[in-house]
Amino acid sequence: MHGRRDRRSGAPGPSLDSFFVSEPTPISEPAVQAAVDAALAAIATAGTTAELKAARSVHAAEGSQLARFNAQLRNVPADRKAALGKLVGQARARVNQAIAAREAELSEAEERERLRRETVDVTEVPSRWRPGARHPLSTLMERMGDVFVAMGWEIAEGPELENEWFNFDAMNFDADHPARAMQDTLFVDPVDSHLLLRTHTSPVQIRSLLERPLPVYVVAPGRVYRSDELDATHTPVFHQIEGLAVDRGLTMAHLRGTLEHLARAMFGAEAQIRLRPNYFPFTEPSAEMDVWQPHAKGGARWVEWGGCGMVNPNVLRAGGIDPDEYQGFAFGMGIERTLQFRNDMNDMRDMVEGDVRFSQQFGMVV
Amino acid sequence: MRVPVSWLREWADLPEAVTAEHLHAALVRVGLEEEDVHEFGVTGPVVVGRVLDFVEEPQSNGKTIRWCQVDVGEPEPRGIVCGARNFVVGDTVVVTLPGSVLPGPFPIAARTTYGHVSDGMIASARELGLGEDHEGILRLAALGVDAEPGADAIELLGLDDFAIEVNVTPDRGYALSIRGIAREYSHSTGAAFRDPAHAPGIEADLRAWTAARTSADDFPVVVADDAPVRGRPGCSVFATRVVRGVDATRPTPPWMVARLRLAGMRSISLVVDVTNYVMWELGQPIHAYDLATLAGGITVRRARAGERLETLDGVVRTLDPEDLLIADDSGPVGLAGVMGGASTEVSASTTDVLVEAAVFDPVSVARTARRHKLPSEAARRFERGVDPELPTAAAARVVELLVALAGGTPDPLGGLVGHAEARTPIRLARDRASDLVGVDYSPEEVASTLRALGARVDAADDGWSVTPPSWRPDLVDAASLVEEVVRITGYDRIPSVLPVAPPGRGLTREQRLRRAVGAMLAAGGGTEVLVYPFVSEAAQRVFAGEAPSVRLANPLDPAAPLLRRSLLPGLVEIAHRNLSRGLTDLALFEIGTVFLPEPGRSY
Repeated sequence: MHGRRDRRSGAPGPSLDSFFVSEPTPISEPAVQAAVDAALAAIATAGTTAELKAARSVHAAEGSQLARFNAQLRNVPADRKAALGKLVGQARARVNQAIAAREAELSEAEERERLRRETVDVTEVPSRWRPGARHPLSTLMERMGDVFVAMGWEIAEGPELENEWFNFDAMNFDADHPARAMQDTLFVDPVDSHLLLRTHTSPVQIRSLLERPLPVYVVAPGRVYRSDELDATHTPVFHQIEGLAVDRGLTMAHLRGTLEHLARAMFGAEAQIRLRPNYFPFTEPSAEMDVWQPHAKGGARWVEWGGCGMVNPNVLRAGGIDPDEYQGFAFGMGIERTLQFRNDMNDMRDMVEGDVRFSQQFGMVV
Repeated sequence: MRVPVSWLREWADLPEAVTAEHLHAALVRVGLEEEDVHEFGVTGPVVVGRVLDFVEEPQSNGKTIRWCQVDVGEPEPRGIVCGARNFVVGDTVVVTLPGSVLPGPFPIAARTTYGHVSDGMIASARELGLGEDHEGILRLAALGVDAEPGADAIELLGLDDFAIEVNVTPDRGYALSIRGIAREYSHSTGAAFRDPAHAPGIEADLRAWTAARTSADDFPVVVADDAPVRGRPGCSVFATRVVRGVDATRPTPPWMVARLRLAGMRSISLVVDVTNYVMWELGQPIHAYDLATLAGGITVRRARAGERLETLDGVVRTLDPEDLLIADDSGPVGLAGVMGGASTEVSASTTDVLVEAAVFDPVSVARTARRHKLPSEAARRFERGVDPELPTAAAARVVELLVALAGGTPDPLGGLVGHAEARTPIRLARDRASDLVGVDYSPEEVASTLRALGARVDAADDGWSVTPPSWRPDLVDAASLVEEVVRITGYDRIPSVLPVAPPGRGLTREQRLRRAVGAMLAAGGGTEVLVYPFVSEAAQRVFAGEAPSVRLANPLDPAAPLLRRSLLPGLVEIAHRNLSRGLTDLALFEIGTVFLPEPGRSY
């Protein structure tokens, strides 16, 4: 910049006004009327709010003819001041009213036009669209259900808001069982309504036994609730699938056969089942079930999958069935857990957050 | 349940070089799932040393260190710098020599410190993993141990032991003991099992005690439960024994400290350690009273409204009329089966100890423990059922140990109130096990398996009459006996047979429609989400109006206590979460439950 003169730092030149201001037109009725007519004509022909704005700056704003008449009122003789003041004031008021009326008209029309342009026809059929996705837990539940439907089993359902009797008493939980404490189970207010959010899908066992003719072969996928904090391995709302078969002559061998069939359907033909002794109030004998995943990422492994066993005679009795004549087996596993180790999902939170990218990576299959 | 291996070995034959893997594998087969392995993490050379001499050297940092000459069984003493001052010349101590490793891991090397080369370290109890004491170094005399310099301190202190930890299911309280685990190990492997409840020491004590006493020596105990919980008497058996002339200040021997430590318990004082030790060994919770502080005999009764008790943890508790109490003439002295009281606590000046071994009702104990938030080890065992035949033997074991370790003398005073209920025999049809499991068990195998468990098996029409052992309250019907047969003979023997179900009707109309709707919405660009159904009052009002809602008594989030009447609030929330992550091209749907209260019914 050295050696060049900064124009902004130069001394101000003479005002342009002093060159172009000519003798002012004196205030007269025809002159005022002419200014008003010119203004009204410009306002009437303005087709948009932008044009209206331009017309206002020419005919009504500072520097317009009417503004100049207004400024001259200072100089008119006292005896004419009232009459000319009234003339100029009324003229300006007419013009401003016209501007306001036109502005309302134009902006309403413009908004109508904008709404018309932005209208989405929700009934319109697009020529092509991008598919969305089912939630993988839903797809997995349906797939597991289908394995059983294909064998002649049926899908049973029960309410998520369940009676305490179905959830606990009928399932052979003692009245003082710790699971009945408030820290584990979500109860409905008031507590003496004996309603709760079911803590497992097992109450569907009792409902199925009470509602269906024997023999019963059902699976019950569904949502269950526990009073847990959400973390990488726990969520207070999760899903289970429960299986129940009650017939004459069913044994633990049939239980193993059924679980092995499910394991192969879910994990491939080489999958195996291992049973270990465990305890559940509603089965006797009870077992913990591990599945052998030959193709697991990181090498073949045994993974704890769910619980199972022969239906406890007390549960059969609660379902109105004579345990000397009929016996059966039951099993249950977590859908979230299955998805976790089947599809290498490490964090439970991804399944519940609802980020669409999570479901979209699966699309319509798991 | 943590099981120190040296302890297990006393009652079951283990392989010479036993590993945690072997023990876990054996126990998981009989239903005791693997949890963990615990060890001290101390490796040698760690030896006994005798302090021959030391010089105190004040340091610029204000500390005074001792420059010690320590005999560690070598021709020449070693020079060791020690910051502690709680020892005198001639004391035997534990020296960790260069090359040893302490828990941490904290490897020991010869290093220059405070101007000397310290050729090892003199260890504190905490550094060895034996306790919390870090006030000074561990003096072996304080443990009552006399050993020659150079002796292996790891073996001497039991630091070479380790413990396995297994998960015990709530039906099998008897397995919360070395006795129960040793028995299960024996069931799994066929190894010999010796019942610690019938150990020679116990039998000898009981013989001598019985011979020495008359009915005039009965310690006065009254069980007066006038308000049984759910109709079950609060106390069925109450055994007492008295040991006099106990020196309560004697140290707990290191082998006991090490075992308690591995079991997960702190060493507190000799008498308390002995009661905990016997509880862990036999599964019988024990309480010890300072006999001199008891006013008269003992009454077992329910609390009266407004009664208060200061428990051993120093908390003054207001009692509930449902709480079962141990009381003397002065009032409550303990919460039965849960925690003792402070006023009759054994202290350093105690000389005469009253030992209590009782059986309390599981439900009563569980409710009291929950009410007062006192999940003690004793309560854990009573809640799951304690062997009602145990109290006399367990009290005798306490007496045996107090005599051997605390210098006490067994007193004829004591006794047994109540008795174990006779078990009702269970009918087991000959084919029941095979019919339920699908394995072709021979009758001999079923009978011998149940006998091996400790059950009495008598032939009856078409099967057996089986009387379960006293420690198995979970065996109540044929199915529970069959579970024992399959558990002991192995789940691996169950064959695999796919059952043939009658032809089903496939999916119902509703099920098919729901699937079709889900598929269509997804195919049409929607992404399915699964949303928690808990909503706030405001969200419910906005999306579902003023209609009544189901309210939770104990919501996860107090701000969202209602169950949704509409899926919309959840979908809006999920949409918001996605938008805030920059995902603007959104179409969401949920297929889920809404909760619409029945009109006229209050929820």
